[in-house]
Amino acid sequence: MPINLVERFRTFLFAFVLIAASAIPALAGPFEDAVAKFANDEFSDTDEAVGEIATSGNPQAFAIISALQDGRLLADPDSKKVYLTQADGKSIDAATGASVASVPDSAVAVRLNNRLRRTIDAALGGLTLMSPDPAKRVQAAQSVFKTHDAAMLPVVDQALEKETDKKAKQAFVEARAAILLFKEDATDAEKIESIAVIKLRGDQEALALLTGLAGAEQSIVVSRSAASATTAIQSRQTLWSIAQNAWYGLSLGSVLLLAAIGLAITFGVMGVINMAHGEMVMIGAYVTFGVQEIIRTSYPGLFDYSLLMAVPLAFLIAGLLGIVIERTIIRFLYGRPLETLLATWGLSLVLQQAVRTMFGPTNREVGNPSWMSGAFELGQITITYNRLWILCFTLAVFAILLAMLRYSSIGLEMRAVTQNRRMAASMGIATSRVDALTFGLGSGIAGIAGVALSQIDNVSPNLGQSYIIDSFMVVVFGGVGNLWGTLVGAFTLGIANKFLEPVAGAVLGKIAILVLIILFIQKRPRGLFALKGRAIEA
Amino acid sequence: MTHLEEPVAAKPAHHAPAIVDPVVAAREAEARQKRITSALLYLDGVHVSFDGFHAINNLSLVLAPGEMRAIIGPNGAGKTTMMDIITGKTRPDEGDVYFDGIHDLTLLDETQIATLGIGRKFQKPTVFESQTVWDNLLLALNVDHRVRGTLFWRNTREQTERIGKVLETIRLTDSRHRLAGNLSHGQKQWLEIGMLLAQDPKLLLVDEPVAGMTDVETHQTAELLKEINRDHKTVVVVEHDMTFVRELGVKVTCLHEGTVLAEGTIDQVSTNDRVVEVYLGR
Amino acid sequence: MTPHILTRSLDRSATIFLLIVAAVGVLLPLSNLALPADSMFQVPTYLLALFGKYVCYAILALSIDLIWGYCGILSLGHGAFFALGGYAMGMYLMRQIGPRGVYGNPILPDFMVFLNYSKLPWYWYGFDMFWFAAAMVLIVPGLLAFGFGWLTFRSRVSGVYLSIITQAMTYALLLAFFRNDFGFGGNNGLTDFKDILGFNVQAEGTRAALFALSCLALMLGFLICRAVVTSKLGKVLIAIRDSESRTRFLGYRVESYKLFVFTLSACMAGVAGALYVPQVGIINPGEFAPANSIEAVIWVAVGGRGTLIGAALGAVVVNYAKTVFTSGALAPYWLFMLGALFILVTLLLPKGIVGTFNAWWEPWRAKRDTANEDSAAAEDGVSKPRPAE
Repeated sequence: MPINLVERFRTFLFAFVLIAASAIPALAGPFEDAVAKFANDEFSDTDEAVGEIATSGNPQAFAIISALQDGRLLADPDSKKVYLTQADGKSIDAATGASVASVPDSAVAVRLNNRLRRTIDAALGGLTLMSPDPAKRVQAAQSVFKTHDAAMLPVVDQALEKETDKKAKQAFVEARAAILLFKEDATDAEKIESIAVIKLRGDQEALALLTGLAGAEQSIVVSRSAASATTAIQSRQTLWSIAQNAWYGLSLGSVLLLAAIGLAITFGVMGVINMAHGEMVMIGAYVTFGVQEIIRTSYPGLFDYSLLMAVPLAFLIAGLLGIVIERTIIRFLYGRPLETLLATWGLSLVLQQAVRTMFGPTNREVGNPSWMSGAFELGQITITYNRLWILCFTLAVFAILLAMLRYSSIGLEMRAVTQNRRMAASMGIATSRVDALTFGLGSGIAGIAGVALSQIDNVSPNLGQSYIIDSFMVVVFGGVGNLWGTLVGAFTLGIANKFLEPVAGAVLGKIAILVLIILFIQKRPRGLFALKGRAIEA
Repeated sequence: MTHLEEPVAAKPAHHAPAIVDPVVAAREAEARQKRITSALLYLDGVHVSFDGFHAINNLSLVLAPGEMRAIIGPNGAGKTTMMDIITGKTRPDEGDVYFDGIHDLTLLDETQIATLGIGRKFQKPTVFESQTVWDNLLLALNVDHRVRGTLFWRNTREQTERIGKVLETIRLTDSRHRLAGNLSHGQKQWLEIGMLLAQDPKLLLVDEPVAGMTDVETHQTAELLKEINRDHKTVVVVEHDMTFVRELGVKVTCLHEGTVLAEGTIDQVSTNDRVVEVYLGR
Repeated sequence: MTPHILTRSLDRSATIFLLIVAAVGVLLPLSNLALPADSMFQVPTYLLALFGKYVCYAILALSIDLIWGYCGILSLGHGAFFALGGYAMGMYLMRQIGPRGVYGNPILPDFMVFLNYSKLPWYWYGFDMFWFAAAMVLIVPGLLAFGFGWLTFRSRVSGVYLSIITQAMTYALLLAFFRNDFGFGGNNGLTDFKDILGFNVQAEGTRAALFALSCLALMLGFLICRAVVTSKLGKVLIAIRDSESRTRFLGYRVESYKLFVFTLSACMAGVAGALYVPQVGIINPGEFAPANSIEAVIWVAVGGRGTLIGAALGAVVVNYAKTVFTSGALAPYWLFMLGALFILVTLLLPKGIVGTFNAWWEPWRAKRDTANEDSAAAEDGVSKPRPAE
């Protein structure tokens, strides 16, 4: 956008005045006069007023000019008084800062035109560059980086000189580089140096800046240097986006693992396909909802601990339900895996409908505790806390389960039954007790998976359905009878899914994964980590 | 709907060599030239392990055409695994398995091996319980086993006669319309032997045929097997019952930990120090 | 099929079943067309459409019973073949609309104009011809089943693994058909049909004819299934169901048998879908939902798996119950009912209605028949087909 020369000069002049002003201590008298000029309802007076206020060094300056920008600055032409409506709706006298009970009806918003708006932008930019808050300075420097207005160069230079905060200083250096890069009279050496700075920054905006440069006329050296910097940034960005996808993949993988791990246990030990597994997950999510509901109404202070309470409760409720299901339905169907599949599917319909009847068919609100909200940046990757916690939680559950299977006596019994049911039975292991406990354990884990999933997904009666096919795929892919297979299967599928998504789109990516699994199972009908031997064939 | 079969099944003649692909054909041609052994079944240096457990360890076994051989050995000696290898259920990690001197059994699957003329009776009687005795024998009969053949199958007098003969041999003529699942244990064992007969194989692998039989039945079974052997059929019998083995009166091979411990007549084997040690413990 | 196979497959109950279907297929449309609307024997058109739907479901149930009841293959994705047959028919019906669509485009169906297609996708070519669409009704599900089966049966994927994989297959298709750029109308599917072979699909005469056709297809499907299960191939299938590895050791190529019967079954499901679409007037991706396929399995379980009549009966009974429940005040309880049906049938009635009935009936009939059967059977060479029906 070509900026007209007069404009440029005005901003330049203004910036110069600003620097001069910041050098001398603020005086009291002229500020009130300047404020009063707003009431004259003349663009030129308003312009002057903005300049004077910005240079006044008065702490109110920023508030007044931003109010002007937002149309919250009202002036009464009769009394020459200027009022400022604050964000909370209350009004104050702009000159004195004193509260006023009511603004007279004759007061109208100070009018603006486009020229004034630009002056205001520059004034605000300058004011924030000097802001006492380092975060605000960084923000202001970022916006200069984006606009790279040559007129801001002296201000930036000035700010850079005074800057002590490391982060802000870096931001100013980058802003300065951006300005120099687009400054017509800057030398090639300056420009190349700027390019180096921008290359080091290496994010999407740096890339945008360098691509913007391609349109402008440049010496060959500069455009070459810009081109090589662009390539460098692009390849770095590719790496970052791979890293970001890997993170998304890990995150999805952890969700899949959490949903599939209970299924893997019941399928591995009992050879039972539990189609109602997804409903156990759903029940876990509703337990979380219930816990939060009670906390909200009775003990609002404990909200941050709601998940800590929901985890054991969900485990117990889903686990007990699992044991009941095993005792009343599954145990009559051993040796008939296909019938078990149908019966548990029927069960899933009943459970879904029961929850729908009790809690309604719509999504229920489950909140994130404060320690699970928000995100942080790692390089150029954004990591949300809830996803990170779920990953950690999943790995913890996995580790505990592994330890339990390896070191506890029930774990030993479960492994024995997995490997050779008949032999285990003849060794005196009560296989029916093991079955009931295994089913309970698998369901309980599904329950705590529900607690975790309630943090990232809609809590509705259909929650479980959306995970069941994916969890089956994990189990089939990873192989039965080995939890490590489930781990590898879940993360492989998660990561593969997230890497296919940008290429093929979310739906096609998912279809591709399903097709790949169908093909994979041709090669290894029993999954990645399959048990071998005669006992398995039987 | 009629072109579902792989080439091997398309061979009309039952005992024709099952040629699967050029590679196998070439190997078989080579083997035919090299046919140093006239043995019907030839196992040499066979190894199988399941997850580190050596089920079969350097096993070698040679059977002449028309021979009957009894295999004994304690539990876990690898008797059933050996049968699995011969019938294609388990692939050996190492070693040669040749049938008729030309067919490399390690390259073929169960169906192809059965089509070559190797029949198997399982340790636990496996008959088709929801079908009649007659149907069980009909299914075993070595006629066209392809999809089209069975879809348009019609009975012939010759087939009826063959089944009738088998029924008489196994003494189940009166029970021919009963469901196989309703037979007694001994009858099931006999039905399975009858299925072997209907299959009319060159080599019969018989796993524990007299388990759960009365003494009379055991004796009758021994007679039956001897009769089958007289028809120039090669028979491998796996059995624990020493009286039965003695009654068969054939060469005995004793397996232990997946390898051959001793071979010879029943008297030689049963007096062999190592065999005694294995059976009675150290 | 040779007459020999036909005569063998028609025992008394099979004949009775065929006669009943034939009677229904003739009498219902007749009463709908010929009787005055106020007659108490007149079958209203909406009922005819409803029964037509049941008949299509019965064909689907037959196809599932053929592989599950007789060969032990539990497909949880048979709805996919049904839907593919339906889509093939739907594509023909879409092309028949011609310039009568909302946008008046003579070639492109409305949804394509709406989605800014510039020309007809290549896979829509030929669907303006009925014979081509009719062939596709068989070929598309058949090919998918053949390819899928070839891959899975050859590597001996069976049991619950196979069930899960079939479910994944229909799920993948569900996702694919939901996409707009897939060229099948996306979410909305294919609808607003005008006519079939020049007859208005809404007209009563056409509806009656479609109903009669569905009954004919059911009879034909039943005959084919009977011919298959009463042949020696049927015995091989049961052998595979009961002991797959034993069948292999007898020298049967199990995967060829499974492939044959799976493909045949998929073609039947395709035909059912193709007859279903013009009668309900819409086909959309929802038909691919895994839940639909599983529901179809329970029809078979209710009627009695391994009994063809049971499968057809189960489809009609369960769907009639569904219509009764979901249209009244009991609607919210239907899923409880359906869920309970899954559980109770597998627990308490594993043989289904017809299977349980046979279990009572059989000893009595066996006693009656023993006398005259014995000599005849030995002569015939086949033991009498067990009175499964």
